[in-house]
Amino acid sequence: MHVDGGDTAWVLGSAALVLFMTPGLALFYGGMVRSKNVLAMMVQNLATIAVVSIVWAIAAYSLAFGPDAGGGLIGTLHFAGFAHPETPVPGLHLTVPPLAFAAFQMMFAVITAALLTGAGADRMRFGGFLVFAAVWTLVVYAPIAHWVFSPAGWLAHRGVLDFAGGNVVEIDSGASALALVLVLGRRRGWPRDVMAPHSLPLTVIGAGILWFGWFGFNAGSALAANGLAAQALIGTQLAACAGLLGWVLVEKLRTGHATTLGAASGAVAGLVAITPACGFVDSLAAIVVGFAGGVIGVLAVGMKYRLRYDDSLDVVGVHGAGGLIGTLLVGVFATQHVNGGIGARGLFSGGGVGLLGEQALAVVVTIAWAFAATWVVAQLVQRTIGLRVTQEVEIEGLDTAVHAESAYDFGNVRAGRIG
Amino acid sequence: MKLVTAVVKPFKLDDVKQALHELGVAGMTVSEVQGHGRQRGHTEVYRGAEYVVDFVPKVRIEVVVDDAEVPRVVDAIVDAARTGQIGDGKVWTTAVEDLVRIRTGERGPDAL
Amino acid sequence: MRLVTAVIKPFKLDDVKSALESFGVQGLTVSEVSGYGRQKGHTEVYRGAEYTVDFVPKVRLDVVVADDDAHDVVEVITKAASTGQIGDGKVWTTAVDELVRVRTGERGPDAL
Repeated sequence: MHVDGGDTAWVLGSAALVLFMTPGLALFYGGMVRSKNVLAMMVQNLATIAVVSIVWAIAAYSLAFGPDAGGGLIGTLHFAGFAHPETPVPGLHLTVPPLAFAAFQMMFAVITAALLTGAGADRMRFGGFLVFAAVWTLVVYAPIAHWVFSPAGWLAHRGVLDFAGGNVVEIDSGASALALVLVLGRRRGWPRDVMAPHSLPLTVIGAGILWFGWFGFNAGSALAANGLAAQALIGTQLAACAGLLGWVLVEKLRTGHATTLGAASGAVAGLVAITPACGFVDSLAAIVVGFAGGVIGVLAVGMKYRLRYDDSLDVVGVHGAGGLIGTLLVGVFATQHVNGGIGARGLFSGGGVGLLGEQALAVVVTIAWAFAATWVVAQLVQRTIGLRVTQEVEIEGLDTAVHAESAYDFGNVRAGRIG
Repeated sequence: MKLVTAVVKPFKLDDVKQALHELGVAGMTVSEVQGHGRQRGHTEVYRGAEYVVDFVPKVRIEVVVDDAEVPRVVDAIVDAARTGQIGDGKVWTTAVEDLVRIRTGERGPDAL
Repeated sequence: MRLVTAVIKPFKLDDVKSALESFGVQGLTVSEVSGYGRQKGHTEVYRGAEYTVDFVPKVRLDVVVADDDAHDVVEVITKAASTGQIGDGKVWTTAVDELVRVRTGERGPDAL
């Protein structure tokens, strides 16, 4: 294979950008929880990086991108432990070394699992969640990645388009989050008690890091330093901006206040929505997609109050709903002028409803597998080592009760001593 | 007039506030304090260094009421704040000699 | 000796402190508290979830004075802290049985 230096540099750099998104997520989520749980949220995210990266190397990469075991459902363990590192992913003709691709994809698996910390905020056992994340990566993430991202995958065969993970990351995490919170149960006192964000400055910094890293997530998915990557980057930026404005506009109309949390959330929602689409739609379409993500997001986060499920930090409402709308809009706006290599055409490019139909199928299948398999894994963990903390721990706060730390010391009363 | 002071567990504040509201007590002052009784504190560890932190966050509620109201107010606070676990706190009263409403200058029971 | 306690609006602290200094009161203790009276709180919105925050930030002053000064000190605080708007707060006094200056061990009125 021919290794292009420019392409490889971009993919390696993108891997670092995507990795950076998980500490960014730790800040984004950390600021949104109560101060007694901020460290727990952050260390769950840090530790998820550790666990999922290793699981990816040991087996999940192979399950996702290895030679197909049959039917386009799952890969073999041929690449387990990153064996045969010079062998490219079957069917993928890249100008970057296979290990660069493997490293880049590792970071996607990491952040998808990390998103689930937000759904179960304030009540998950540290060890329990890490075991859950490891199993989930193998059983939920890897198969869906194989179906959509691997050329041998059955959804890829049908022509389903997902440039950077609208299905594999966003809908997957959204549906998985729903199953996870149904198994965990609602937080004590939810929704009556005040559980307001304790530090929105942290959340805004986190949103900025996510936005920055998303350029690697989306434009890096071009797997080359070329015009397609440039279009993906531009589309990503425009969608983030439109999402921010869309969310804030709806907020202002509904409640009379445009909020900081709304602006940060709207940018993320726009980024989520453009994730599957950025390599297939043009710039103006990206604005529409991002705006839709923001508007759908601000409306979708209210679902949990009506349906009474405690998705603490709105993984379902932002990532699930945003991923869904973005994936469907690919079927509307995809144009061969952006991605001549794939040549797919959506509804507005004279392609009829064929692509839209395949996108809808992908949505349904992803939601079904992610929800069902996550539910089983979560139940298994809850019933063996336990996934939810005890009521006493939940009341006291995870930071002191689980991690023996407190996040903030403003110099007042601590009165402790060593020993 | 009596000053009723209660030191309670923070998550019980809302219940106590509700109970006082139902009794018709219109206002109160609340502060975040640290408490230390027979309830154990907790240990924190930073890179191997263990700190024993004896104090536990509490909330102090203060309200000035008419003498005649005191038994009912104290009972309401106690019932609302009780969990049955160590660390529930205490309620006490002290005599208030003089009371003024700042906005109007009203003194004594009129200022309640 | 009397303990004079005042719960006032935070931005009035400086006025009250100056007034007390002019009167001759040497020191005081100040804490940040939350008050809840007839003054309405405010609403906060987070991703569509509306929280009514009933408590309003206040400042509490505590100062121990001689019996003879208690009434005047209450007057001084009341005047300095008043804005005429709801939420101005209250001032009250309670009897102090014992007072000690920690540095010197002085007791009673010598410790004022």
